[in-house]
Amino acid sequence: MFDSLSSKLTGAFTSLRSRGKITSSDIDATCSDIRAALLESDVALTVVEAFIEAIRAKSLAALPTLQSGTNQAQVIFEIVNTELIEILGGAGRRVRFAKNPPTVIMLAGLQGAGKTTLAGKLAKFYADQGNTPLLVASDLQRPNAVTQLQVVGESVGVPVFAPEPGNGVGNPMKVAEQSLAYAKTKLYNMVIVDTAGRLGVDTELMQQVIDIRNVVKPDEILFVVDAMMGQDAVRTAKAFQDGVGFDGVVLTKLDGDARGGAALSIAKLTGKPIMFSSNGEKLTDFDIFYPERMASRILGLGDVATLAEQAKKAFDGEATAKLEEKFARGDDFTLADFLEQLEAMSKMGSMSKLLGMLPGAGAMKKQIENFDESEIVRTKSIVQSMTPLEREDPKVLNGSRRARIALGAGRKVQDVNSLVDKFTAAQKIMRQMRKGAGMPPAMAQGMGIPAGMGAAIGGHQHGGQKGQQLAKKKSKSGNPAKRAAQEKG
Amino acid sequence: MGIFSQFVAKIKGQSTADPQDWQELEAELLGADLGPTLTFEIIRSAKSIKGDDAIASLTQILNSHLSAKPRDLIMSNDVTVVMVVGVNGTGKTTSVAKLAAYLKSSGNSVVLAAADTFRAAAVDQLQTWGKRVGVDVIAGKEGAEPASVAFDAATRTKELNSDYLIIDTAGRLHNKSDLMAELEKVKRVVEKTLAVSEVLLVIDATTGQNGIAQAKIFAEAVEVTGLIITKLDGSARGGVALAIESALDIPIKFIGTGEGDTDFALFEPSSYLSGLISD
Ligand SMILES: Nc1nc2c(ncn2[C@@H]2O[C@H](COP(=O)(O)OP(=O)(O)OP(=O)(O)O)[C@@H](O)[C@H]2O)c(=O)[nH]1
Ligand SMILES: [Mg+2]
Repeated sequence: MFDSLSSKLTGAFTSLRSRGKITSSDIDATCSDIRAALLESDVALTVVEAFIEAIRAKSLAALPTLQSGTNQAQVIFEIVNTELIEILGGAGRRVRFAKNPPTVIMLAGLQGAGKTTLAGKLAKFYADQGNTPLLVASDLQRPNAVTQLQVVGESVGVPVFAPEPGNGVGNPMKVAEQSLAYAKTKLYNMVIVDTAGRLGVDTELMQQVIDIRNVVKPDEILFVVDAMMGQDAVRTAKAFQDGVGFDGVVLTKLDGDARGGAALSIAKLTGKPIMFSSNGEKLTDFDIFYPERMASRILGLGDVATLAEQAKKAFDGEATAKLEEKFARGDDFTLADFLEQLEAMSKMGSMSKLLGMLPGAGAMKKQIENFDESEIVRTKSIVQSMTPLEREDPKVLNGSRRARIALGAGRKVQDVNSLVDKFTAAQKIMRQMRKGAGMPPAMAQGMGIPAGMGAAIGGHQHGGQKGQQLAKKKSKSGNPAKRAAQEKG
Repeated sequence: MGIFSQFVAKIKGQSTADPQDWQELEAELLGADLGPTLTFEIIRSAKSIKGDDAIASLTQILNSHLSAKPRDLIMSNDVTVVMVVGVNGTGKTTSVAKLAAYLKSSGNSVVLAAADTFRAAAVDQLQTWGKRVGVDVIAGKEGAEPASVAFDAATRTKELNSDYLIIDTAGRLHNKSDLMAELEKVKRVVEKTLAVSEVLLVIDATTGQNGIAQAKIFAEAVEVTGLIITKLDGSARGGVALAIESALDIPIKFIGTGEGDTDFALFEPSSYLSGLISD
């Protein structure tokens, strides 16, 4: 379950590679593995089917050129990856600013998608670029949504227009309308309207957000969607597109470990660009959207770029600089460095998540699932029981030294041994990394990654995309009582 | 006639179900977020069904994936403590209020603890709900530690000898180990005073396969005893909950079907299962 997608895919490509010649039935088998993998990633079934057909056709077309050489699997992988990036990255663009300020951005989406937090993040993002945004509290529905926006606004230093208390009191359309006049007189150049969460099937509330839209005439309507969303993403996105309509998509909660297949479903179905990603509870956890990263995430191939970025955040600048300096001098990676890194990594959050972001982590599934966070604590106590000399050069660690360390740390000698072994392995990797850039090929291979995939993950952007209309499905309530009523009516 | 019953009619007696019919059933199950693993497993079992008992057999296959554990709230002799946990935005705070209203309506005394001291205005939100449904809310000072708020709440409800203490916790993604450790601490600290009878994990019905990872990791951290599936009033059918029951044996206990305090009900397996497949 944890990484079946990535293991399936790596499995599919490995078995292809071992065949030598690829036949059309190999392609069928690979396609069915990719299908299962995409479904596991929550890509909507209809989108998966269309996607697989495209891959099959393109792979078959490429078949004649695949007859020789050893890199057939690589070619098919490239086709898959390119297709994904194309769908995800279609028509990527920035927010359109109004000719006559204020530029109006309106947020819409389901309950709990993360709109209010996002409003704050957007405000900060644009304020940091020299704009003067105004936040508008038009969610008068959810208890204390107004208070929440006020707190958020205060912490990013952006004023909040909130003439109504909310909690069911006030007219969200009026608030939005008044905010425009207010922004004009106070010379705010941007207005960000937070709206209440609503369901796609709730026609009454959909009408309400349409009414708000009609009075503020937004330059951008952003559809805010939780990256953890499953198959319902297509019905919901369609309902919002047909209802209030939207110009761009924002994915939230990308700091989780969901594969985020909903992004592909929505991009494909609506043809609207995914513009931003929201990836944490802090108001700075916000970024523009990177289609290449999302593609490898959906494929379960890890998100190396994000990993690197998070690592940069977690490793405090000084320690990193020190390490880099050591590397530059040609000094060896020591136990003290190892400990420092382990500590930084524990700051970065769950180890399994971290490792899970590495490409081909599927192959290391066992180790990842068995990773014990308390190991960091144990390791620390062992390293701290070593003398400076031992930390610099573990080769001096003979039996009696190891026994002394174990005693000092309150651990068994085996624990000391296993730490030294792990460290030696890590040291070897670090030496290799210093020679080449990035992950050593031996390590990549050990993880079962097709050669050269690293480059594919690094990726390139493709433009142009046709929004494809998919079969319309009538939305029905999941609530048994409502459903029964709908079926009667 | 829904796809499911059409399908059942076809495999009854001399089966006339063709590949197209199987595909449709598969599409229904996948579309309800059961996920490929469980869906393929169900289809595999279903293919062996023969004879007139098709409906019973299919129902039985689906049922076999439900947990056999009881679905009633586990009660304590002392104050019954219920912790409500989950990832961000699933509907925890609303569910806390709904559960309080539900318990209060059958004559119980209920106290709420506002242990989400992190998210902006989360405490105010719970206090608003407390007023609405008429129960007391225990909150700490601003920026207080969640464990200390929960501890105070436990101590005070024990003195008050209330029937229930429901603890609202901050939304947290299961892959953040520091936040999961914080949640463990909340539970541990409460248990110095009162046993925690229930840890209810709130799963949003729109959640896809990530729900399984959520349940797995929350269960490891705080021994989840039941699920609340929220937002079943939308078009999502919440099938990942069946996958969770099947994989982790955690029973669904309640469902949320709206934003009001009465949009809440005990989980009912048969209507849930038919909701998964009748479109
Ligand atoms: N339609 C519908 N909306 C719901 C349901 N349960 C909760 N909501 C809405 O979902 C949104 C989030 O609910 P909250 O209770 O604040 O969620 P939470 O899990 O406490 O959120 P955080 O504390 O921020 O993690 C609110 O707008 C609720 O009104 C439900 O069953 N149906
Ligand atoms: Mg909450």
